Amino acid sequence: MKLVIAIIKPFKLEDVRDALMAIGVQGLTVTEVKGYGRQKGHTEIYRGAEYTVNFLPKIRIEVAVASDRADKVVETISSAAKTGQIGDGKIFVTPIEHAVRIRTGETDANAL
Amino acid sequence: MNFNLASRRAYVWVAATPATFAATPAFSQASTINGADTAWITTSTALVLMMTLPGLALLYAGMVRKKHVLAVMAQCVVAVMLVSVLWMIAGYSLTFVGGGSWIGSFDRFMLNGMELDSVNDLANNIPESLFMAFQMTFAVITVALISGSVADRMKFSAFLLFAVLWLFLVYVPIAHWVWGGGFLGAMGLMDFAGGTVVHINAGVAGLVAALVLGNRRGYGTENMSPFDLSLAVIGTGLLWVGWFGFNGGSALAAGGRGTMAILVTHLAACMGAIGWMAAEWWARGKPSVLGMLSGVIAGLGTITPASGFVLPWHALVIGGVAGIVCFWACTWLKQRLNYDDSLDVFGIHGVGGVLGTIATGIFAVGALSATADNPSGLSGLLEGNSAQLQTQLIGVAVTIAWCAVFTFIVLKVVDLLVGLRVSPDSERMGLDVTQHGEALQ
Repeated sequence: MKLVIAIIKPFKLEDVRDALMAIGVQGLTVTEVKGYGRQKGHTEIYRGAEYTVNFLPKIRIEVAVASDRADKVVETISSAAKTGQIGDGKIFVTPIEHAVRIRTGETDANAL
Repeated sequence: MNFNLASRRAYVWVAATPATFAATPAFSQASTINGADTAWITTSTALVLMMTLPGLALLYAGMVRKKHVLAVMAQCVVAVMLVSVLWMIAGYSLTFVGGGSWIGSFDRFMLNGMELDSVNDLANNIPESLFMAFQMTFAVITVALISGSVADRMKFSAFLLFAVLWLFLVYVPIAHWVWGGGFLGAMGLMDFAGGTVVHINAGVAGLVAALVLGNRRGYGTENMSPFDLSLAVIGTGLLWVGWFGFNGGSALAAGGRGTMAILVTHLAACMGAIGWMAAEWWARGKPSVLGMLSGVIAGLGTITPASGFVLPWHALVIGGVAGIVCFWACTWLKQRLNYDDSLDVFGIHGVGGVLGTIATGIFAVGALSATADNPSGLSGLLEGNSAQLQTQLIGVAVTIAWCAVFTFIVLKVVDLLVGLRVSPDSERMGLDVTQHGEALQ
């Protein structure tokens, strides 16, 4: 099992969700986060007072999938979230040791 | 059926009329109270009260950080309730009743002796109760304005005490000198709606208070960007419309002088916004919404003393200059002198008030203020009356000096009694929760 974590631009969330639904992903978790990468922040000026906003709003998506589907999921997110502009985000894939579905007590692949 | 009812009403009215007249001897004397004037000043009173609540409260709330929003609004609310009551008790009497050079009298203490048909000699065309209420709204907003420069760090209790002392030691005497029969008015100072009394007064008090309290914690290093500038847009809109009552009502009559004042007020607001926007766009690369709003207020504050004395094209010049100069004061001057006037009460109202009071001495057109007693009216420099400019400068200097000294004294007394500033922890947590036990979620 793999956990696919993607940090994307907020306005791309719906596109990514639609694309993942289309390839049969059953569910995902979304968090509003802040951070920065190569895009860095921007400056705001209020009556001459300049503030650098270092942390930009992003969306973090987590999807747990069977190991053989991870590549397909990464590819799908990658193409759906892409604008070609700086700040499109990143995707990380990590192994999952164990999974449980709380309602039924099913474990691992059956729980996904 | 209807006919019967109507004839019955007519009968009752006819029968009642002689008795009503007999019971009201005032009607047998010629009343000077004018219905149209009364209606317009009543409207103006409502408009000026609306400037403080919710106008100024929304403008200020939009510009502070989220944790201080309710606290700055609370100071506007308390200015209304506290100053109104104090005005009723003694403020009005000391300002507008009794024509001493320095201070009024206690003749109307607790409004003693004010009746339905009494008038004040300063405006005998409207009921005294209306004159008192109209002037009350000016005292209210002047105190409320000051809260902007001490935002984010002054104790609520300290602000209350400050408001009480400041009203009687600074606002009341200066308003009396300029409008209540005191020496500045007698000298010929022209201040139509409060360049000295309201704007220089609030601006200088704000500057002194900001200096005495010290900068906000984290000023210059932490991000202090505004909570929600869309609230400030709404607040500015309400102030703008309210200002029609502020300046137009200061004619104290319904007529051409008041409507001309409204027109020049509006034009100055527009040019103030254009001036600020242009200066900011050129100097900083972007025309900000906060800049446009600031320009509107700068134009409105600056035209205030001149509004009943100048023509529309003068308003374009005064407003445009106000936008540019106040932009410079709020960005360059403030940073150079490193004082933390949180919401720029000095940079906009103080600087604008000085500019406007001087501009009045330059642009005043005699024909606009001509009366039967003074057919040539009050002229400024452009009409060859250079002495007027000198009088205006004296008015500015006296207001600044008295306001600065007594604001300083009041602040020191308040500091001694209750302490001016909240603790560093309270400031970090926000005044909403530490002063009022509430917070925006």
